[in-house]
Amino acid sequence: MIGKMIAGIVTAFTIMAAGLPAFAQQDETEKEIERYRAMISDPFSNPGFLFVDRGEALWKQARGEKNVSLETCDLGEGPGKLEGAYAKLPRYFADADQVMDLEQRLLWCMEKIQALDTKDIVKRKFGRPGVTSDMQDLVAFIANKSNDMKIAPQLSHPKEQAMAALGEALFYRRGGQWDFSCATCHEATGQRIRLQALPVLSKPGPAAQATMATWPTYRVSQSQVRTMQHRLWDCYWQMRWPDAKYGAEAITALTAYLMQNAAGGEIQVPSIKR
Amino acid sequence: MRTTLKAAGIAALGALVLAGPARAQSTKVDPAVVEAAVKGMFGHAPAEWQERIVQDETQKACSLNRNQPPADIANAITARETKNVVLPADGKFLGDWKSGEKIAQSGYGGRHTDDPKRELGGNCYACHQLSKTELSFGTMGPSLLEYGKIRKYALEDAKAAYIKIYNAQAVFPCSNMPRLGHNKHLNEQQIKDLVALLFDPESPVNK
Repeated sequence: MIGKMIAGIVTAFTIMAAGLPAFAQQDETEKEIERYRAMISDPFSNPGFLFVDRGEALWKQARGEKNVSLETCDLGEGPGKLEGAYAKLPRYFADADQVMDLEQRLLWCMEKIQALDTKDIVKRKFGRPGVTSDMQDLVAFIANKSNDMKIAPQLSHPKEQAMAALGEALFYRRGGQWDFSCATCHEATGQRIRLQALPVLSKPGPAAQATMATWPTYRVSQSQVRTMQHRLWDCYWQMRWPDAKYGAEAITALTAYLMQNAAGGEIQVPSIKR
Repeated sequence: MRTTLKAAGIAALGALVLAGPARAQSTKVDPAVVEAAVKGMFGHAPAEWQERIVQDETQKACSLNRNQPPADIANAITARETKNVVLPADGKFLGDWKSGEKIAQSGYGGRHTDDPKRELGGNCYACHQLSKTELSFGTMGPSLLEYGKIRKYALEDAKAAYIKIYNAQAVFPCSNMPRLGHNKHLNEQQIKDLVALLFDPESPVNK
């Protein structure tokens, strides 16, 4: 229904703006989408908050062989402390001797604390009609606990520095059937694919901040809250690369690099996007 | 007094710079580490996808130099990629502009959920303006409006356009444009159709 509404608004403005040059048309359409977004981006009308509520229930639910909840899971700020945790991820975890993003860390906690078989969880990593995703729900709930806080990349541990540097190298690594890298679309300023404006993600600044501070997001076109793991999986799909493995180190590395460029961005999630 | 203030100002500025958010330097990462991470992400993909994961010399050079290769490497790329261009055996470069328009509009193909049996698109409009009638065009590449008309429909220019579409890096080293023919995304007939879209006087590109 919301998908139809937004499609309707876009269509209406495309028709109204048909006589204008493409850039002006784009401008008008974007302004209107922005107004619509602001209108529905609150806990009472953004469906993303249903995911937040489900995530809270999952966080507190006793599961796995040990039949305990995730409430003692340490996301970096101490066991069970959720406030501000997402703003500092990915980060180094001594118990795993590894830099992890939120999704990797949640899988780790499920396995270590709950002794939960995560095969089914990973199978449902991306929700679709009729299939909810525990990961999407949990990420929505936990990330929401960093709202109004600033992205604070953790780079004091050598492994954190190495992870961000790996992410930067991956950002520029060209390959695949279309010779693309992340930089192909996200390095230059003011470019578009068709009418879609592209954010500059290769340097610190408002574009990287606005992007990273608004994930996870409720995607109207997919009726799902999507996480950063999904966003980067989607980028690789669009770049004509193979199916990127969920929870792969490379995704965490790219996230670390992007969060570094987004330092200081104020988190507002789940946001709502096309 | 003034000197003291100035010194204090400089010290404060220095402190600001030092206190700024910690930021990993653009240090060189061991290529083996990068490749291991790539393998970790895509190693499970089907066998026929595995060769896409490995970089060729040109992809490697452009990645390392962030698409700004020094002159010697740039020359090596254009020389190598020029050798890789396969021109049509019949010596003809112009196909059917109407199919060219369809290929230019379509972005289908190459994604891991796409049906490899369906016709692949060139996705030209994603990055280029081509006709006055299609307003939904990207700006990653230059506008190609009136491309053939501007060049007076010269055959030599049609051949040059074929080469650019087949292998952009034969002309522009580290171009963002995919090597559509070289990477076997588009076939010979499809590229001819795209050249016709650019060079046929009846094509919307030249109207």
